[in-house]
Amino acid sequence: MTHPLHNVITQAEQIILGKPRQIRLALACMLARGHLLIEDLPGVGKTTLVHVLAHTLGLQFQRIQFTSDLLPADILGVSVYQRDTSEFVFHPGPIFAQMVLADEVNRATPKAQSALLEAMEEQQVTIEGATRALPAPFFVIATQNPTHQIGTFPLPESQLDRFLMRIQMGYPDAQAERGLLSGVDRREIVAQLKPQMNSAELLELQQRVKQVAVSPALLDYVQAILRHTRESTLYHHGLSPRAGLSLLAAARAWAFLDGRNAVLPEDVQAVLPGVVSHRLQSTDERAKQNSDSLAHALIEAVAIP
Amino acid sequence: MTKSLIFGLLLAILMVIAPHADHLPLWVNALCAALLLWRAYLAASGNSLPARWLLTLVTLGSVGGILISFHTLFGREVGVTLLLLLTALKFMELRQPRDAMVMIYLACFIIITNFFYSQSIPTALYMLATLLVVVTAWVHLNAARVPLKPRLRIAGVLLLQAIPLTLVLFVLFPRVQGPLWGLPQDAYASSGLDDKMSPGSFSRLSLSDEVAFRVTYAEAPPRRDQMYWRGPVLWDFDGRTWTPGRTSIMSPPEFSDTANEVSYSVTLEPHNKTWLFLLDMPEKISDDARLSYDFQMTRKEPVKTRLRYEASSHLTYHANLRESERQLQRALQLPPQLNPKALELAARWRAESRNDDALINTALRHFNREGFRYTLEPPMLGVHSVDEFLFGTKQGFCEHYASSFVFLMRAAHIPARVVTGYQGGEYNDTGGYYIVRQSDAHAWAEVWLDKRGWVRIDPTAAIAPARVERGLAAAVPDNAAMPFMARNPPQWLRELRLNWDAVSNRWNQWVLGYNTELQFAFLTRLGMESVNWQTMALNMAAGLGLVIALFALVMLRHLFKRETDVTQAAWLKLCRKLAKAGLPRAPHEGPRDYAARIAAARPELAATLHDISERYIALRYGEHPDTVTQQAFLQRIRAVKV
Repeated sequence: MTHPLHNVITQAEQIILGKPRQIRLALACMLARGHLLIEDLPGVGKTTLVHVLAHTLGLQFQRIQFTSDLLPADILGVSVYQRDTSEFVFHPGPIFAQMVLADEVNRATPKAQSALLEAMEEQQVTIEGATRALPAPFFVIATQNPTHQIGTFPLPESQLDRFLMRIQMGYPDAQAERGLLSGVDRREIVAQLKPQMNSAELLELQQRVKQVAVSPALLDYVQAILRHTRESTLYHHGLSPRAGLSLLAAARAWAFLDGRNAVLPEDVQAVLPGVVSHRLQSTDERAKQNSDSLAHALIEAVAIP
Repeated sequence: MTKSLIFGLLLAILMVIAPHADHLPLWVNALCAALLLWRAYLAASGNSLPARWLLTLVTLGSVGGILISFHTLFGREVGVTLLLLLTALKFMELRQPRDAMVMIYLACFIIITNFFYSQSIPTALYMLATLLVVVTAWVHLNAARVPLKPRLRIAGVLLLQAIPLTLVLFVLFPRVQGPLWGLPQDAYASSGLDDKMSPGSFSRLSLSDEVAFRVTYAEAPPRRDQMYWRGPVLWDFDGRTWTPGRTSIMSPPEFSDTANEVSYSVTLEPHNKTWLFLLDMPEKISDDARLSYDFQMTRKEPVKTRLRYEASSHLTYHANLRESERQLQRALQLPPQLNPKALELAARWRAESRNDDALINTALRHFNREGFRYTLEPPMLGVHSVDEFLFGTKQGFCEHYASSFVFLMRAAHIPARVVTGYQGGEYNDTGGYYIVRQSDAHAWAEVWLDKRGWVRIDPTAAIAPARVERGLAAAVPDNAAMPFMARNPPQWLRELRLNWDAVSNRWNQWVLGYNTELQFAFLTRLGMESVNWQTMALNMAAGLGLVIALFALVMLRHLFKRETDVTQAAWLKLCRKLAKAGLPRAPHEGPRDYAARIAAARPELAATLHDISERYIALRYGEHPDTVTQQAFLQRIRAVKV
């Protein structure tokens, strides 16, 4: 286990009680240079998780609260005419940060959503003809309320694909909830957190994650999973090659978090629900309610070669 | 529906219909051709198919036409015609892949109907080629993107794969006694020996080179001039025609002093008559047949399928030494007031001869010396046919000589009768058997002599000995009209012909003639006990299942591919071992999860399993698997005791 990461996890677990898995998945997502979508009901600690990660990793942090009247310029920034210099000066928007929290991303109009998603994809933004690079590392963590709530614009599937993972927080268990209720306000603790790393270290870790070994046997397994989703009648569409790459990248990061230099089938299985559940659509209407069980059924359906 | 698929189907249907053209009414041929051409034009031009009302009209019209042509809508002939017409019509509504499938099934069905009319080798080969075209169209329907050459290859492979199944079905399918559907028309061919003889009837027959029967001798064949295949015996003469006549005498024949037994088997082509051909004098026969008082072998049912029988005969014999008086009287009957000159001649001979033998010799010498000619084209004869022949034309074929000889004998008070049948035959050294053709048909005489019984006298031998010794071709002039096959063709042609006949003889005996008896014999020889249709059906199902299972195995072999990776094989072996101990690994369970689960269930195995699983992980998923780890891993797996 790499020490700075170990500290990051320890710190996060002290604040986000009873959610070690979600914390590790979020970290793995960042190590794999992916963007994260957290989906759950309001008040289960989505935003807190993001705050904790940004603070402990020592990243510049910006938060965009998505509303229905949010405009692309509110995200990207705007050029303002300076009367004293007679020039247009660009005022960068909140997107110009290492970690951007897009809170309740499904409340904004598709136009605003797509401005964010384009930035995620390209790692750069083009405003008024000028292309501006975004900082590195660059993460977008979007939170989303379940789509059946009123007044939301659910992200289209093509956009969902841009997120490496989608995770759900879920209610805390009884013990964790007791700790939460009896303890101090989480926000105060977050404010006092000390960064355990800096962005340069994080970039280096990302490079090391890329070098985690993947054996032919494991590739067989990943391909078997992809093939199964394409051949099975349980899903509307099989997983895309990009989904396969994402699955492998996330599994590498997960193995790295575990302190290993080779990916195991278990690593693939651990990240699989996060990576595939927003990319697979069940043909069975009843199964749509619980996308995690869909992923678990997929794991159980594919034998490890 | 691509253009090329439609053309493929058109070709297939054309090929299956074409052999029928020979026996279909002309208007059906024309209509089928017109429909196929029309469809080809529509496919080529891309125009739309004709309207439904028009098709309905044409359909009703053709059904009406069939009613007018055949006066019925039932029966084999009509059924086939109807099927062909409707198939051609079906083309006009070929829209969906489903329709194309129907066309392919129809084509396969029509292939079978061709065997109603001919079952020869060329027909079978042609139908095989047709089947290839049909299957190719079928492959096209299901895999349109495959180009023509691989498509043909797939069809060929499919047909080859069907061969073992065909063989199993052919050998084991329970045979039905008698034809189920009726036999090819050629089975009812009635050209052949008749039980009547009048001037010209044999010379007509000699123009046919059709095979009458084939003979295989068990041992050395008899001399050629002993090969008299006995057919109908004719007693009554009305001055022109010889007929068997009627008699109430049913006493069995008596042979004495028999010798020179010869055994042989005959494969008789169907001739739609009840008599069988055996050498003089018949002794035994394998078929259910009866030897009549005048030594004819007859069965109850006419021979409508190719018949094979084993028989034996005695070449030396005394037949019916004690013939009944009534029979002898029958053998002396002559038509009244006919042929006065012949009667006179016979009376003179009678007066001049010391005994019957001398008289017979006088008669034969007369034929030999008085300018008689053996010819295939004898002149027409009038009312006094025997007189005109003996004293006028002096040109005749075997029936003329047999007829006039018997007439003269009767006139001279020697009981005599005409015997018809075949004489000689052609030896096929490829197949080792004799072919007897219609052109070998012959007529000779039998006279009854005291103390010697019925004796065969062949007057033809007195005029043309070559006919009896070497065959018809040797006995007639070279320019005589004769069947091609009865002549002496060039050597290579003769060999080709004999080889071909040998092949078709095999085909006849083993493929077409594979009936219940042959099947029984064959299966018994294969070692099958108690052959009945139940065991045959069971064996057939088992054989089919076996063949299909073999094919399935070959096709699914990749599913059974052996694990070649040593590490993985050892790991799977360990998993099986643990599974036997009640701790099976779920297929999706990774090595770590599995080791952890086993550790929880069986703490005493925890350390070993952890060690093994870590090594397994290093070997299978690690960056640099090394042989040292592998050796240790394999060793530890062997050491595991559950």
